[in-house]
Amino acid sequence: MSEPAITPEVIRQHGLTGEEYARARQVLGREPNHTELGIFSAMWSEHCSYKSSKIHLRKLPVSGPRVVQGPGENAGVVDIGGGEVAVFKMESHNHPSFIEPVQGAATGVGGILRDVFTMGARPIASLNALRFGLPEAPRMTYLMGGVVHGISLYGNAIGVPTVGGEVWFHPSYNGNILVNAFALGVARRERIFLGKAEGPGNPILYFGSKTGRDGIHGATMASDVFDSEKEARRPTVQVGDPFTEKLLLEACLELMASDVLVGIQDMGAAGLTCSTLEMAGRAGTGVVIDLAKVPRRESGMTPYEVMLSESQERMLMVVRRGREEEALAVVRKWDLDASVIGEVTSDGFARILESGRPVAAVPAAPLSDASPVYDRPVREPASFKARRRLDLAGVPLPSDLGGVLDRLLSSPNLCSREWVYRQYDHTVRAGTVVRPGSDAAVVRPVSTSAKGIAMASDCNPRFCLLDPYLGAAHAVAESARNVACAGARPIAATDCLNFGNPENPEIMWQLARAVEGLAEACRRLGTPIVSGNVSLYNETDGQAIAPTPTVAMVGLMEQASLSVTSWFKDAGDVVVLLGQTREELGATEYLAAIHGREEGAPPGLDLALEAAVQETVIRAVERGLIRSAHDVSEGGLAVALAECCISGCDALGTGWAPRGAAIDLPAGPREDALLFGETASRVILTLREKDLPAFEEIVRGLPDRRPPVRVIGRVGGESLDVRRDGERLLSRPVDLLHRMWHSVFPGLMKP
Amino acid sequence: MKTAIVVFPGSNCDHDAYHVMRHVLGLQAEFVWHKQTSLKGFDLVILPGGFAHGDYLRCGAIARFSPIMEAVADHARKGGPVFGICNGFQVLIEAGLLPGALLRNRGVAFINRDVWVRVENDRTRLTGLCRPGQVLQMPIAHGEGNYTADPGTLARLEGEGRVLFRYVSPSGELDDRFNVNGSANAIAGIVNEAGNVFGMMPHPERNAEPLLGNAQGLVLFESLAGLRPGAEAA
Amino acid sequence: MRALVYVTLKPSVLDPQGKAVRGALRSLGFDEAADVRVGKLIELTLETSDRTRAEQRVRAMCETLLANTVIEQYRFEIVEGTAP
Repeated sequence: MSEPAITPEVIRQHGLTGEEYARARQVLGREPNHTELGIFSAMWSEHCSYKSSKIHLRKLPVSGPRVVQGPGENAGVVDIGGGEVAVFKMESHNHPSFIEPVQGAATGVGGILRDVFTMGARPIASLNALRFGLPEAPRMTYLMGGVVHGISLYGNAIGVPTVGGEVWFHPSYNGNILVNAFALGVARRERIFLGKAEGPGNPILYFGSKTGRDGIHGATMASDVFDSEKEARRPTVQVGDPFTEKLLLEACLELMASDVLVGIQDMGAAGLTCSTLEMAGRAGTGVVIDLAKVPRRESGMTPYEVMLSESQERMLMVVRRGREEEALAVVRKWDLDASVIGEVTSDGFARILESGRPVAAVPAAPLSDASPVYDRPVREPASFKARRRLDLAGVPLPSDLGGVLDRLLSSPNLCSREWVYRQYDHTVRAGTVVRPGSDAAVVRPVSTSAKGIAMASDCNPRFCLLDPYLGAAHAVAESARNVACAGARPIAATDCLNFGNPENPEIMWQLARAVEGLAEACRRLGTPIVSGNVSLYNETDGQAIAPTPTVAMVGLMEQASLSVTSWFKDAGDVVVLLGQTREELGATEYLAAIHGREEGAPPGLDLALEAAVQETVIRAVERGLIRSAHDVSEGGLAVALAECCISGCDALGTGWAPRGAAIDLPAGPREDALLFGETASRVILTLREKDLPAFEEIVRGLPDRRPPVRVIGRVGGESLDVRRDGERLLSRPVDLLHRMWHSVFPGLMKP
Repeated sequence: MKTAIVVFPGSNCDHDAYHVMRHVLGLQAEFVWHKQTSLKGFDLVILPGGFAHGDYLRCGAIARFSPIMEAVADHARKGGPVFGICNGFQVLIEAGLLPGALLRNRGVAFINRDVWVRVENDRTRLTGLCRPGQVLQMPIAHGEGNYTADPGTLARLEGEGRVLFRYVSPSGELDDRFNVNGSANAIAGIVNEAGNVFGMMPHPERNAEPLLGNAQGLVLFESLAGLRPGAEAA
Repeated sequence: MRALVYVTLKPSVLDPQGKAVRGALRSLGFDEAADVRVGKLIELTLETSDRTRAEQRVRAMCETLLANTVIEQYRFEIVEGTAP
């Protein structure tokens, strides 16, 4: 079969600019053939090369005393003591999920789990941060139902608990939903495996599913904007097979327990191309593989197609020379296809053969080293300053504040997520200590450990839209605060940066500012970013998504049994507000949902105060003083208090019955800012009254900053009563709030 | 007392069952790969939860043909206890070791939540340490746990005291809202005629320690292991 | 030679999936959807040219594995040729 000629049209279809093509010619020292062009196109796609974001990502703090492996490998690795490490990463699967939500989301979960167990870690928990357009937008409830179904299909079957995440709606996602999947695994520190093809002469094994034509050009698709014209270039949908992945997982962990393995990498974006070149590139070696030996599902596939297929559930590993039969025996025990397809070489080239005939030869390290890096132009949007101005005089004060609370609690962005997480198996592995529905989930790292690992993901895209720097810093602060509210100390984070088209200077400015905000907050809170993913070109017909730098924070606690949930426990417990409420209504959910205004500056963020608030909660939980802890975020103090009253009780009415509370707040900001403002660094705690002195002692004992502490009320009664200096602001029966809060998703998703 | 935990490709609660037997109760336990053909030396056989063979045709349909299943049937024939949890229950049904069938949940979707089951017969090896009518809290996690059988079979199960657990409200009342998967007669678990093969959809192994809830699932494993005095053999 | 095997729940067994699809169809205005049953279609390619024998073997496959005759019923067609 003759290969297509390389014409300017073919180069353009491969997403390479003229300059990039010239660079490819320079790297090769000749014209690439069609297969090689495909390899360059995939490796230099935005998705694989990070060419637009790389210079900014360098600003992120990536090291720290606990960091064993930072960004650049399949996942980040952090020491959790006792010879164990936590291995985690977050990754987007946005474009595929918009095309086919069930399989798109399912393969997203599969991909991130492979990243984790490829490092030698058994996955123990997943999170999913989901962003959808408005529920009334075309296809949107179909997409939401499909994504949730896809996540449950894959995660439940493979047996990794999905313990939390986010669901958020905004019109900017009408044409580009976001599916950001996080997975965390645990391994012994000395049993971490890297994606390196070391040791010339060592055989390269392919194992897992057979290769088909699915997903060719997935990586280039993820690096382009959507429009109707490009429909035709969309690849065939990849279908996930969690059963095969479960076998792959067990086979990998069994292999890793022996000493046959040298290096391993999963085949994700750009499949065989990316895995061979990256493994050789990292080790400074070369590889030779013969495509005729690759197990195939379809006949008549060209070398080009085999190299670029994104068939799921496939792995590449390098084993010690002479030990391949041992490795193959393990893989075959698990009924997986396996084949020795080549070996490691020392000449630095990736040589691709088809039945012995050379079809491509590219230098491995130069291909990644010489990958384009763009310092794309940035420009502050013309409307930026104007949109941040908010004149509160123009915001009428609602007369019925209780009615505002009802509306917020029964809005898609603030209602109960139970409809979603009921469909996720969140208790498999018998290690989930705090289940979904609280500020952070807590799981035990191994079944015999007393420790707990807490995790939460967060991002407020409206904050990021109105100030990407501050919004991104808030994402770090809030996810860390969530983890602290469970009682764990935040130790490291992973990020998934979702933005529009980076060739637009205003989008590029959002990205640059967001990374700076992440960097500053991570540095100040001592939580390095150890892995992550960038997803650009999230726009359709010129409409970009709100900037969405999702952060997933991981925390550690020595005693999982001390972990705390967010809802009120017993009548008589004292309610304490940590932090102070300022008159901040800019960028709030209240302003958007009640007044239809998406404007104003997001709340300020004092990172020293933030750290002090978190430290207070962590120390008090460690002392066993805290009965509940809930961070105040979207919807402000009133919504947070209502959640404390009702969120321990599920839709069936089991768990902790809804608890009322009598709250009296100090005067200060105007009523709506007091109730619905989203001032940062605030936490609602409850304690037994007798424990108050011990708690106050903890605050006095803080080394630097001490957060403001105020007793604002008491748990009890049938209603949530909120007063200001004795004057009633609102009073709502908690049973009513509970019913409204639970009715939203079931109503939206009714078939 | 030595427990075999059968591992099918796709089992995913095998480690959880092992953990309860080995670490929580401190007993001997071993994994047994589905291609093995002998259960010699084991006293108790647990078929754990999961998605054996992907559950691709029907839950448990392919697993019943695994080589180990002949040994499981043999163990049962000789009176040895066999306990199938969730997918393990589905496998036992497909293998004909327990009657009936498990359909898609009433609401179609997969459900993971705590349920409350009432012990309907406390004179079996699985429930011997339970109080009559005791209500136990533990999670379910399944898409196909809607128990059904023909009227004759249901009548026989009821008449012979072979319904072991029923979904009830937390206070122990029959209430259709708490029969979340829609099972016939709210059946959550049953036993065979000989009294030694047990199957249930809820996961007692996921609530066998205080850290994970209230440890109310542990009593079933203690009963099976004959750990506390008072356990009667069926 | 190919066999097309159709497996459905017996009429007496409640089909929650079919019920959900019926509800969805009716909410979309397809009011004539009086009843919906969801089943499986299993396509087999057979290495045989003996039709009688093929029918016997496929029936055995259905009874042994493809259908759970406690709740499901099956029927099949034997057709000439290979998969399209």
